[in-house]
Amino acid sequence: MRGRVTEILGIKYPILQGGMAWVSTAPLVAAVSEAGGLGIIGAGGMTGEKLREEIKRTKSLTGQPFGVNLMLLSTYIKEQIEVVKEEKVPIVTTGAGNPGELVEEFAREGILTIPVVASVALAKRLLRRGIKLIIAEGMEAGGHIGETTTMCLVPQIVDAVSPLPVIAAGGIADGRGMAACFALGAEGVQMGTRFVCTEECEVHHLYKEAIVKAQDRSTIVTGTTTGHPVRCLRNRLTRQFEELEARRAPVEEIEALGSGRLREAVCGNVEEGSVMSGQIAGLIKDIKPVQQVIEDIIREFKETVKKLPQAVED
Amino acid sequence: MDIFSKVKEIVVDQLGVDGEDVAPDASFIDDLGADSLDIVELIMAFEEEFDIEIPDEDAEKITTVGEAVEYIESKVG
Repeated sequence: MRGRVTEILGIKYPILQGGMAWVSTAPLVAAVSEAGGLGIIGAGGMTGEKLREEIKRTKSLTGQPFGVNLMLLSTYIKEQIEVVKEEKVPIVTTGAGNPGELVEEFAREGILTIPVVASVALAKRLLRRGIKLIIAEGMEAGGHIGETTTMCLVPQIVDAVSPLPVIAAGGIADGRGMAACFALGAEGVQMGTRFVCTEECEVHHLYKEAIVKAQDRSTIVTGTTTGHPVRCLRNRLTRQFEELEARRAPVEEIEALGSGRLREAVCGNVEEGSVMSGQIAGLIKDIKPVQQVIEDIIREFKETVKKLPQAVED
Repeated sequence: MDIFSKVKEIVVDQLGVDGEDVAPDASFIDDLGADSLDIVELIMAFEEEFDIEIPDEDAEKITTVGEAVEYIESKVG
């Protein structure tokens, strides 16, 4: 599948694996890149040295391009930026804010920044920084999210940044979702949750099984009152969040409850941990190898697109 | 219309707040309930209305209605 996204990134399929803190580590990242997509390490709350280790581990597993996702609010963001430059990681995606002059700083080092945005205004603002690609992420996504759905956000961002190619994210787990995003004007997709349920992903099997068991209404957004909404699977922890938010507990108390919970979930505590997951979890029914995920999606995508002309026949 | 009135109008439009709450010392985040995405929208709306460019480095320092007015005055003055 050739297009602007595959050309800019030097990959075979316009499929990105979203950077997920503690979840998208070297084996998953390398497998996605080996299968023709773009694997992305989730730097999250890693120290610079831990990130360097993860980058080196990825390089030892694949010679294909891969990326690092930087969460701009991370405590270790400064050292992470230095490590990304030193290790000459070719692609960086950014979340949780406006990367601003970081786009130019990375460009001077030959690093391509792809900002993940959840609003039209930020997308337009970033055009000034000379970005080449942008990811529009709807609130169906897992983890920290915005307020607008993929269905509504993608076409508006496509129009706002035209002719820049847009990658859609949030709520995509199969070829039909990918085709829908292309219909909205996107030229690539980024998926997170689908790649959690793969053999290569290093999270505890209970985390993957929780997603496989999930249904259409299994996720919930907590933290809307603190200004940092997070989507995850309902469990004992989210019930505690709901209770705190219902009685309007102080922001500090709510945030303290969430601290370190993602790591707990990644280690297998799916009741008290934060099992971050996209809303599309209900569509994911199996745990399979990364290559199978990508091949299936591309096949379904093509089948879906081929069926569409019937809809316009007289 | 003076700059304060125009700024007030934009703030009321963008944040859906009451005009009477848009005082010079009102903080966009703490008093008017804006989040980081709202701030980006406000800055873009100021740029459009006053035909100026507000770089990110300056935008970060604009946290209250009064600071916005002062900044815009310095640019269009």
